[in-house]
Amino acid sequence: MSAAFGWVLVGVIAILAAATIVGRALERRATTPEGRATIQNLNARTRSWWVMAIVFGGALALGPAATTLLFAGLSFMALREFWSLAPSRAGDHRALFLSFFVALPIHYLLLGTGWYGLFAVFIPVYAFLILPAISTLAGDVTDFLARQAKVQWGLMLTVYMLSHAPALMMLDTGTDPAMLVLYLVVVAQLSDVAQYVFGKLIGRTRFSPNVSPSKTVEGLLGGWATAVLIGVALHGLTPFSPLQAAGMSLVIVVAGFFGGFVLSAVKRDLGAKDWGYVIAGHGGVLDRVDSIIFAAPLFFHLTRYWFTP
Amino acid sequence: MSATALARQILIVLVRILVGARGEWVGSTPESRSRIYFANHTSHFDTLAVISALPPELRRRTRPVAARDYWGGSALKRFVAEKCLRAVLIDRDGRGEGDPLAPVDEALARRESVLIFPEGTRGAGEEVAAFKSGLHRLAERHPEAELIPVHLDNLARVMPKGSFLIVPLTCTARFGPPLTAVPGEPKAEFLARARAAVESLAPRRKGAPT
Repeated sequence: MSAAFGWVLVGVIAILAAATIVGRALERRATTPEGRATIQNLNARTRSWWVMAIVFGGALALGPAATTLLFAGLSFMALREFWSLAPSRAGDHRALFLSFFVALPIHYLLLGTGWYGLFAVFIPVYAFLILPAISTLAGDVTDFLARQAKVQWGLMLTVYMLSHAPALMMLDTGTDPAMLVLYLVVVAQLSDVAQYVFGKLIGRTRFSPNVSPSKTVEGLLGGWATAVLIGVALHGLTPFSPLQAAGMSLVIVVAGFFGGFVLSAVKRDLGAKDWGYVIAGHGGVLDRVDSIIFAAPLFFHLTRYWFTP
Repeated sequence: MSATALARQILIVLVRILVGARGEWVGSTPESRSRIYFANHTSHFDTLAVISALPPELRRRTRPVAARDYWGGSALKRFVAEKCLRAVLIDRDGRGEGDPLAPVDEALARRESVLIFPEGTRGAGEEVAAFKSGLHRLAERHPEAELIPVHLDNLARVMPKGSFLIVPLTCTARFGPPLTAVPGEPKAEFLARARAAVESLAPRRKGAPT
């Protein structure tokens, strides 16, 4: 465990403590019902952030096995949220069962054992071919293509893409690989938080009311700039120079933004506002990891291409 | 805590982990008055899910109505039904003596609530089947009991008929607004209206609400 990890820990605790104190103060000052609802939601978010920071930090401190297990659990919960909203037919039952109890565990087992070659192709090749093959045995052709697409999207987003965050621990960059996971998660999540804060404070211009009514252009730019600065400041966790860290952070925040955006579009297509309810103030697990889902694979492959032997 | 109460608590925690079983109140609030909850029937978990979704103080006074031919089938099922769920077992095929709904009447006369599945048998989950007449008889005999429609979402997909594989989706029990009494309404119309009330609580899967 490096000294930099300690500093990130101190920083995160300081930010959360500040947010808790500011939230208390705002709660006393809020007068309108909408204002009060916003502050209550803000404070619920902060309380959930404490829990999330402790769980994630704890898993990282415990080591690679605990971190991999944590992400396997998050994938399971995200997949569960995906299918609780996405419709399926009885003919998909076996494919769904296999997604949860065979594909997901095998994929994370390959990650845990460091078998990169099979990890990279297991879901996109084997699950992609085997699941529809099994579905045809049910004999139901209604909406077959759309149903198979949903099975693949569910697995690819919630399991395959998300798993690229703990997969960073497979990369031999000469620095502590667990710190790459920390770097990705801190930059992506702080970008979300900073977008929220800037959006609430100076947000005027809606980015896309149809897809995600709360996102504003001002929030976006303020959030990205803040997150890139943090990414540069944290370059000591990584093998990157400050300039490289700026580039990597920019990739993380832009990809992360589109992660939230795409999953928001899916959510609205399915007629829901949140993916679930397990994280008070935020919604479901999928509402919280949507940015990681898009950022993790890009960050993984850029790092693998340029920073490993 | 007695052994039965402990078993009941364990059962409810298991149901919560397995299928979520979150209660959502739209148009009615959890009140401890005498009520007839009526829900769509899609899986073996239905009774457990609705009971788990109720707040504890309501749970204590709500008796699920269950078919004796299924729940009385083995010692374990009988223990779960009668002790853990405090179910009222009835003979749905009319083989028993007298009025099969008599035990339900007794519960409502004691100002307890009951939970019934008027479709009678498990459906495929996609549509709510026509309601049997028991609900109408209970509503007529107990005008003081509020009629609350309940829609169970996703449970049919957790374990569809004929499969033993469980897919761990989360289920929401939506409690809707009480069905208003219409004096002199024919039985068929009442049953169709009750069925429509359950169906209207199903979540919209297409389109974009705000």
